Amino acid sequence: MTNEDIIQDLSFSTVRQWKEQHPRGKAIGYFPVYAPVELIHACGMLPVGLNGAGDQLDIQYADARFGSFICSIIKTTLEMGLTKHLEPFDGILFSSICDSARNLCFVFKRNFPDLYTDFLHLPHNPNSPASIPFLMTEYRRLQQHLEEMTGETLTAHALSNSIELYNENRRLTRQLYDERARNPHLVRTSELYALIRAGNFLPVEEHTSLLRETLHDLPGRTGKPRDSIRIVIEGSFCEQPPLDLIKIIEEAGCYIVDDDFVLGPRWFFQDVPVNGDPMKALAESYLNRSVYSSVRHDFRNPRHKQLIEKARKRKADAVLLLIAKFCEPAYFDYVLFKQELEKAGIPHLLMEFEEKMFTFERLRTEIETFVESLLFD
Amino acid sequence: MTTQTEYRSQIHHRQKELMVKWYERLNEAAETGNPPTVSMMVSGNCVEVLEGFGAVPIYPEVNALQLAIRHQSLEPILLAEELGYAADNCAYVKADIGAYLKGITPAGGKLPKPTLVLCNFVGCNTYLKWFEHVAEFTGAPLYTLDVPFMRYDSPTKADIEYVVKQLEELVTQLETLTGRKFDYDRFKEAVRCSARVEELWSNIKHLARTVPSPFDAYFDAITLMGPLYVYRAQQEGVDFFELALQELEEKIDAHEGVNDQEKFRLVFEGPPPYPHFRTFRDMFAKWKACAVASTYSTVGGLWEFGARHDPEKPFESIALHMLEHNVTNRNYLQRYDQIKRYVEEWGADGVIIHFVKSCRLFSAGQGDMRDYFTKVLGVPTLYIESDLEDPRYFSEAQLKNRIDAYFEALEHQKMTRAIAAV
Ligand code: SF4
Ligand code: SF4
Repeated sequence: MTNEDIIQDLSFSTVRQWKEQHPRGKAIGYFPVYAPVELIHACGMLPVGLNGAGDQLDIQYADARFGSFICSIIKTTLEMGLTKHLEPFDGILFSSICDSARNLCFVFKRNFPDLYTDFLHLPHNPNSPASIPFLMTEYRRLQQHLEEMTGETLTAHALSNSIELYNENRRLTRQLYDERARNPHLVRTSELYALIRAGNFLPVEEHTSLLRETLHDLPGRTGKPRDSIRIVIEGSFCEQPPLDLIKIIEEAGCYIVDDDFVLGPRWFFQDVPVNGDPMKALAESYLNRSVYSSVRHDFRNPRHKQLIEKARKRKADAVLLLIAKFCEPAYFDYVLFKQELEKAGIPHLLMEFEEKMFTFERLRTEIETFVESLLFD
Repeated sequence: MTTQTEYRSQIHHRQKELMVKWYERLNEAAETGNPPTVSMMVSGNCVEVLEGFGAVPIYPEVNALQLAIRHQSLEPILLAEELGYAADNCAYVKADIGAYLKGITPAGGKLPKPTLVLCNFVGCNTYLKWFEHVAEFTGAPLYTLDVPFMRYDSPTKADIEYVVKQLEELVTQLETLTGRKFDYDRFKEAVRCSARVEELWSNIKHLARTVPSPFDAYFDAITLMGPLYVYRAQQEGVDFFELALQELEEKIDAHEGVNDQEKFRLVFEGPPPYPHFRTFRDMFAKWKACAVASTYSTVGGLWEFGARHDPEKPFESIALHMLEHNVTNRNYLQRYDQIKRYVEEWGADGVIIHFVKSCRLFSAGQGDMRDYFTKVLGVPTLYIESDLEDPRYFSEAQLKNRIDAYFEALEHQKMTRAIAAV
């Protein structure tokens, strides 16, 4: 299976395969951002990032449950549940990212009473020293539930090992991101996106090898730079844009030099420390080392400032705010992002997508016009 | 016998006085810098802590709803949309931010720059964005008090400790910002007042179990909610709710209902459409339908099932209030149970779910809620859509048709049941 196949595969064959190989193993799906995958992994389970269903599923039931003005990933996730696509999963984990996702967790609980469904409250007040012990307790609570499912006790050693494995995976991902920013003509984002997103569905060890292979191949690649502008994409941290849309953005003359796609598996910007209590390290890292997004709140270092830093660091010519339709947290952030980008003199464009869209003509014209205005300015 | 669709009496009169007085104090703070003010969310608020500093709350939600009810919300909403807010952002935020930038206030006076912007995060993720923006636009300092969501039926020990720690941090921060020392006795007294007001408010809610109900627990409850938020922790609040209880008890003695005859008893879920409040209310009054309970009236606090603040454990009881005893921090299934209890214990004929475009906290998943009430419980349930702040989302004819059809069916059902019972 290619990475492109894996990310479109609603039968979750990689998960099924893993379960066949691990007859007592359990798979835990998580709604796509900020889940403690290390903890799930350390319990001998397979953590799987759920990224909606793209345009692969006709919505028959979920619309009636969630009504208008709700983003697509909420509905496709519920639809997958109602149409038995989530059968390979033994549990689903949600967290406090937004009101729609939060309510979805409890709608899941009612509709799938036999599935282990849980909700993590991620602290919103990193200013308070009390937030670290709170999050540790929250993770321990999850640990207890997972242990009940496996019948085995998690050791600190196993957790540290898992953290190491994910640290390595994230380190390689960061390297690939840096490589792409340096040589965007050699690392296409459509390729990188599929590669990173495939990590949602693969055991971490396997995915790390894929990352390593790609990094290994890079020096042999040749290609001529195109006439393109360098852009940072912001706003697609949860519901994911269709792969075809990313291809169109690149074809329109954009080098995507940074993005917030598929945050799930790469949500720490530094290694999680492995000396000391690993649970504490995980909790403390969420508060101090996690990648910002519209659904993580840290007023010590506002996102709109961080976006400008990111654009400058990547030497971007422009920022594309690529927002999922009806994603309210992203809509809100647009106001301050826009204000800050204008202050900094960085050109920007707002585009809305839906994971299930399949015609892109209007967006293609918008991005082409934007690129032209910058190239021939 | 009364034919009014709204209960106008001493309660109404006194409510007006209290709200005017509140806006006057805010105006005074804007003019003189005194008293200190704290911008805060209605839901799960900790107004008792403010009392310990003689500080006055600013409730952006109350300001927004006042604008809407006075038909003044569209202009600020449009201004906010020009700034970049989306058509699908909560219109409360847009109205509030737009009004701030335009200098529009509901009562015409001035609103102060808050001494502190306190984001008491209880469930609604929009709060976090809203207050971040308020702090950004006003330049006032921001403190986020993070309240863990109710993942389970009751809060954990860690949840309570986490909130209490933050309340203590809040006190320290307010001491610095106001230059005043925290008056613990006054604080304790405030908690005592709150407990008393909660008792009275709960008694009032329970009066609606009587047939006919002496007040409408959705539309009339809103009149009582302003004083509840602003004055809960003061003697004036206690006096107001004593007056309200007494007046409503007198109505019960006189067998007076809201309409001249109570034909249908309903439970309402979701906030009302403030920009079309009267029109909407009349659509139900026409059928002589009365709300006997509502979830919206428990945004400020859910006390009818027994919870109270406790002056002997002031901080801990505030933490419990923020965690557990307000509808916005409770999970969706707890809300299903709350409505179910209302239907059963308050003797309701049906449930009205008002989907509000602005508000995902209330509305995301209400289709599932309808499914539960109609299919699992067999309760006649109507699902309608509009908005709580944006006047553009209100299709009067369509709503009227849906509501009429619902009552026709309900009437028919009641009749067949009555015949069957003979
Ligand atoms: S896309 Fe946005 S609104 Fe939708 S679930 Fe994710 S964070 Fe929430
Ligand atoms: S989303 Fe709902 S609860 Fe939140 S501020 Fe808006 S109206 Fe209030």
